[in-house]
Amino acid sequence: MANPTGATAGFQPTMPVAFTVNGQAANLTLDPRVTLLDALREHLHLTGSKKGCDHGQCGACTVMVNGRRILSCLNLAVMHEGAEITTIEGLGTPENLHPMQAAFVKHDGYQCGYCTPGQICSSVAMLEEIKAGIPSHVTADLTAPVQLTEAEIRERLSGNLCRCGAYSNIVEAVTEVAGRQG
Amino acid sequence: MKFDTPAGTNPIDQLKVVGRATDRIDGKYKTTGTAPYAYERHDVAPNQAYGFVLGAGIPKGRVRTMHLQAAKAAPGVLAIVTTLDMPRMERGKMNAAYLFGGSEVQHYHQAIAVVVAETFEQARDAAALIRVDYDTEPGKFDLAAEAPNAPPVPGDSEEGSGGPPEERIGDFEGAFASAPVKLDARYTTSDESHAAMEPHATIAAWQGDKLTLWTSNQMIAWGKGSIAKIFGLKPENVRLDSPYVGGGFGSKLFIRADAVLAALGAKAAGRPVKVTLTRPLIANNTTHRPATIQRIRIGATQDGRITAIAHESTSGNLPDGDPETAVSQTQLLYAGANRLTSLRLAHLDLPEGNAMRAPGEAPGMMALEVAMDEMAEKLGLDPIEFRIRNDTQVDPENHERRFSQRDLIGCLRLGAERFGWSKRQAPGQVRDGRWLVGMGVAAGFRNNLLMKSAARVRLNREGVVTVETDMTDIGTGTYTIIAQTAAEMMGVPLEKVVVRLGDSDLPASAGSGGQWGANNSTAGVYAACVKLREAVAQKLGINSADAAFADGQVRAGNRSLALADAARDGELVAEDAIEYGDLGKRYQQSTFAGHFVEVGVDAYTAEVRVRRMLAVCAAGRILNPKSARSQVIGAMTMAVGSALTEKLEVDKRRGFFVNHDLAGYEVPVHADIPHQEVIFLDETDPISSPMKAKGVGELGICGVGGAIGNAVYNATGVRVRDYPITLDKLLTKLPETA
Repeated sequence: MANPTGATAGFQPTMPVAFTVNGQAANLTLDPRVTLLDALREHLHLTGSKKGCDHGQCGACTVMVNGRRILSCLNLAVMHEGAEITTIEGLGTPENLHPMQAAFVKHDGYQCGYCTPGQICSSVAMLEEIKAGIPSHVTADLTAPVQLTEAEIRERLSGNLCRCGAYSNIVEAVTEVAGRQG
Repeated sequence: MKFDTPAGTNPIDQLKVVGRATDRIDGKYKTTGTAPYAYERHDVAPNQAYGFVLGAGIPKGRVRTMHLQAAKAAPGVLAIVTTLDMPRMERGKMNAAYLFGGSEVQHYHQAIAVVVAETFEQARDAAALIRVDYDTEPGKFDLAAEAPNAPPVPGDSEEGSGGPPEERIGDFEGAFASAPVKLDARYTTSDESHAAMEPHATIAAWQGDKLTLWTSNQMIAWGKGSIAKIFGLKPENVRLDSPYVGGGFGSKLFIRADAVLAALGAKAAGRPVKVTLTRPLIANNTTHRPATIQRIRIGATQDGRITAIAHESTSGNLPDGDPETAVSQTQLLYAGANRLTSLRLAHLDLPEGNAMRAPGEAPGMMALEVAMDEMAEKLGLDPIEFRIRNDTQVDPENHERRFSQRDLIGCLRLGAERFGWSKRQAPGQVRDGRWLVGMGVAAGFRNNLLMKSAARVRLNREGVVTVETDMTDIGTGTYTIIAQTAAEMMGVPLEKVVVRLGDSDLPASAGSGGQWGANNSTAGVYAACVKLREAVAQKLGINSADAAFADGQVRAGNRSLALADAARDGELVAEDAIEYGDLGKRYQQSTFAGHFVEVGVDAYTAEVRVRRMLAVCAAGRILNPKSARSQVIGAMTMAVGSALTEKLEVDKRRGFFVNHDLAGYEVPVHADIPHQEVIFLDETDPISSPMKAKGVGELGICGVGGAIGNAVYNATGVRVRDYPITLDKLLTKLPETA
């Protein structure tokens, strides 16, 4: 692991933090200003999570923390002591794709690829949210089980921007995976 | 290979691999986060430091003093390079704005310093400690105010549209005055930001006089030339590497401040430096699509034949900048004996306007295709019928020059049938609950450009074919269509092809821009493969003219030899380029579409929702229908933004784009986009290249905004000529609701 935190001038306070990423322990000593996204990308060299805005506006940095999707650019790494973090690298590999990754390939649910890890992490976690009965802005009946409609998928993925405009294909990929899960 | 006569039958016509809907070969990397983008390449150079860019806080004037003491003393700081440290640097030849050096500020957020530190956080913090004293000068920021005095200028988008300051055929004024039916309307389009998901980013490393940039760039050969010019380096001492580009749309055609400041920072710090433009810098530091003010006049006979057509456009830019070539398509799209097009350019002190996806046509057709709709209504004609009556198979300005292929009518007729156009009613007649529902149509039009493109192909003893070219894949699907081309030519399965892209040490390609990438880059690979086939045949001792390459075998007569055998004594390498004769001049090469849109407009709030979209495209051979379709739906999506939400808001007092991030600048999201349909007409264009293909990536955006505007009119009876069509422009004009 590279550790480019050695300061050459002045005093740079650091804090220890330990969490697991894709099942592997990570023990880091970080400048407390380091976001979870930069801890992953710059310190652990897990560059699958992308920085599109660093402001929580684009969704490219979406990862799962304890099973819930979050924007890793809006979290400081030191906030996540003991957390179980799953990134795109933890879902599958080029030789062994996760079903959602395979569906994105099959439906061409991407173009440049930069928003793609965030779209996939968001999609995987979003289907769990529907299973858990968590409503969204477009859920009509808050007391009934959430229906897995295209409107629900579109609403719940609207925090993940894709400037290449692969939305129509992404929804087809997610719908296929959701259908298979039953 | 010189391409100067129309293509005959060639191995691509087998269509065993080319032309088939194919999953992207880079898909498994992109979906697993293992495709490396510029800022992520920890492995290419050791000990990378972080550069953070400071942008100017004024739109025009001079940097008087920069107070650096606090920043220099901040933890981790290795070097600070400011714009006052050097005279103004050269710029790339296609840019108006200077990127760095000297005291003059041309536009807001122009880069004025880079702080290099051990970590990103330290560099960011130190940059915030720099205090700057400016001498601010008054500037011009209001296009509408400057437009009346804007002089006529020639235009060239560098992407295939342009023209003289004024082009006249026949007697426009006379014909328009005497036309029995006429339209004279003004349209405006907004400043737009490319907003690619990957911010501009570069890692720079020096080895003596040699500079390597791992960067995110669409046009590697242009970038190499620009870096050599900016830094006064020999081109052979510059290397760019850009295997994955996280979206460009024109914003990464050029070298930008990230590359220049990474190189300057690396020099100053004495080690590799990585720089990304932060999201809030991108709208004002880089380029944008300029706003336009357009006037369109159309005169026609009672039976709907255009006799006079004029399209005039005014846009703004920095000194040395170009106009947005919004009138270009009007020279070619419809018949009519008397014609006028003109471009005017106002001097503005806003950031540089430059190419964004379909520069010229995208905003131009948002106006022209609404004007056609308005004219059809005046004539009492269906808007499709009006377009069909004014179709032309020749260049309207030069009747000797035919279109190589033109099936706009086929696109419109098939689209009408598939979309259910016959169900369209008069404006304001269709209601679905709270929604006013309407349909709109527009023509799509974008030229096909021919550019030299080179490639190298290798065959090894395992029978693996490796293609090498500096071509880029910016999401366009280049990796896959190049692999398909090589597989078809060499008779191997796709899995036996390796594609290496984006490295300036590889043969120079056409690059990615102006929807010219697919046809030209694959034609270059075709040319190299023809040479490799000859080398293989010679090695195997057979006549290359008789040889058939299929299933990993080379067959001639009753002989069949393994392709890999040709490399048994060592790798075979062939390199060539496609170069074009005058077919592009003798024929007008263009692509066509029929764009159909259905919208719902909330009868109470005037919120516009796109309900259905269809594009029918005629664009020559489609090399990979899967990725080509994605190009088209992506362009349709961007058009929804242009038509309904996207606008860089100008602060006319402070001189900058205010909404310079992805919260304030509203690109379409999942919830804005319905299922989209694309149909490709089954075409080949043997005049375009040996591939018989043309571009589609920009065709998909051209006209769609107009179709949306027309659908809104059909839904509501309210004609909005000022994009984006936000609800405030509709609300007070909507029909009374129950």
